Amino acid sequence: MFTSRKILAAGVALIATAALTGCGGGGNPLEDPTGDSEVDQSKIVIGSQTYYSNEIVAEIYAQALENAGFEVDRQFNAGQRDAYMPDVESGAITLFPEYTGNLLEYLDPEATATSSDDVYAALQKALPEGLTALDYAEASDQDTYTVLKSFAEEHGLTTIADLSKLKTQPVLGGAPELQERPYGPAGANKVYGVDIGFSATADATLDALLQGQVQVADIYTASPAFQTEEIVALEDPESMILASNVVPIVSKGTAPSISEVINKVSAALSAEDLVNMNVQSTVDKLSTPDIATEWLKEKGLN
Amino acid sequence: MNVFIDAFAWLFAPEQYTGPYGLPTLLAQHLGYTAVSVLVAAAIAFPVGWLIGHTGKGREIAVAISGAARAIPSFGLLVLLVLVLGVVRTPMAAVITFVLLAIPSLLAGAYTGLEAIDRRVIDAARAVGMTEWQIFTRVELRLGLPLLIGGLRSALLQVIATVTIGAYVNIGGLGWPIIQGIPLRRFDQVLGGAIVVAVLALIVDLLMALAQRASVPAGVRAQQAAPTSSPSRRRVASVPA
Repeated sequence: MFTSRKILAAGVALIATAALTGCGGGGNPLEDPTGDSEVDQSKIVIGSQTYYSNEIVAEIYAQALENAGFEVDRQFNAGQRDAYMPDVESGAITLFPEYTGNLLEYLDPEATATSSDDVYAALQKALPEGLTALDYAEASDQDTYTVLKSFAEEHGLTTIADLSKLKTQPVLGGAPELQERPYGPAGANKVYGVDIGFSATADATLDALLQGQVQVADIYTASPAFQTEEIVALEDPESMILASNVVPIVSKGTAPSISEVINKVSAALSAEDLVNMNVQSTVDKLSTPDIATEWLKEKGLN
Repeated sequence: MNVFIDAFAWLFAPEQYTGPYGLPTLLAQHLGYTAVSVLVAAAIAFPVGWLIGHTGKGREIAVAISGAARAIPSFGLLVLLVLVLGVVRTPMAAVITFVLLAIPSLLAGAYTGLEAIDRRVIDAARAVGMTEWQIFTRVELRLGLPLLIGGLRSALLQVIATVTIGAYVNIGGLGWPIIQGIPLRRFDQVLGGAIVVAVLALIVDLLMALAQRASVPAGVRAQQAAPTSSPSRRRVASVPA
């Protein structure tokens, strides 16, 4: 009886200590925003969205940094932008793979930049005080006006402007919000003089295109479908569509120490690479760490 | 409060009343899906419910099945059915989802309506020589009507609220401003859409409440009115019995 009570007391004490240290450890970086980031500079906290493709990029950052001797704390699956941005801004997460255009749209809904360089420049200005963007990669995850290859050949389509050659009005399928974006149906009309309808096909956009419910579909550039299906994205010579390249967002305090490693990764990350890795994840069902290790090896970055 | 003012400004802006995503079109889609789904559900649930209520058999099974059906998350079912049936048959997937949602309330309304009738009334009907069909059509159907309409009322309310998720799978309806507004962070639009759905649900509920009151037969109403005028005496009298 006495011993069991003693064990119980010890257990309670242990839990209490764990809880206290846990609170202290987790609480500090949150209460202590960007200013004094000397606190724990050696450990890089990497976040990722709840999106497999974003997680692959985050895992590449993590392994590249580990290979360079950094200590890494993976905080993946951090939800969507609304959920994780406060932690990135506070410095609780020090490195996050983002997309230039989508992040700019989030930070500054009034922004007008659309080309990769303009968007990147605007993003640097729009980022909150304690954050900076390292070099952006060629790889992107942005909207497209995509058609079936057979359809493009039949009607001689290469750019978005060519859609005006069609005799019947084509319909554009995409996420509900695309209808209101500057590169939605109204934008296509303004920039390219194309008369195009709209259907909110949302998650079923690819199926809707393949089954002929829509003629044009907004498929994101990193989609595995560009490798697995006979589809082609129409060119956008006027940069109507908001460019959204993969870009590492870093706390200013951490940036100087890791920029060399991360910039090398970004320089090597091509658009095809990202699509390839997404195919490996969704079709070949390879694990995220394996995909990242293989890619780093292939690029000689390990 | 600001967002409420913005929401009403959004609601009354003229651009909300034209085009394929204008409020009149969305309202028509919303009511269309509601009407079709509840009609199909009624065609299934009413005959089954009446049969259970009239014969008094199969009640446990009906309760178990409709109870389980209430636990199905509509959104999950809708997305699953769209995946199974394919994007071409999205409207069918939506109707199946809403029908399954409406059946439990309609079924319960149908059989409880019949069950709640005083057994002596039915015995009397049988005693004067009515056939089972006459008992059903002339006695049970009439006396069970208020509870039947009660079931219809709650089914309609649930379906109107749930058709909102249909905009996720491209069937339109009043969920559209909400589903488009969230990623655009246009909360005036989101709230505006929610207000329209809420007002629609309240109007339909009010109409159904009136229909429910009107459906009580005059004789039953007179009977109900009598005890409420002297409730205490009735309770005292009924306890020893």
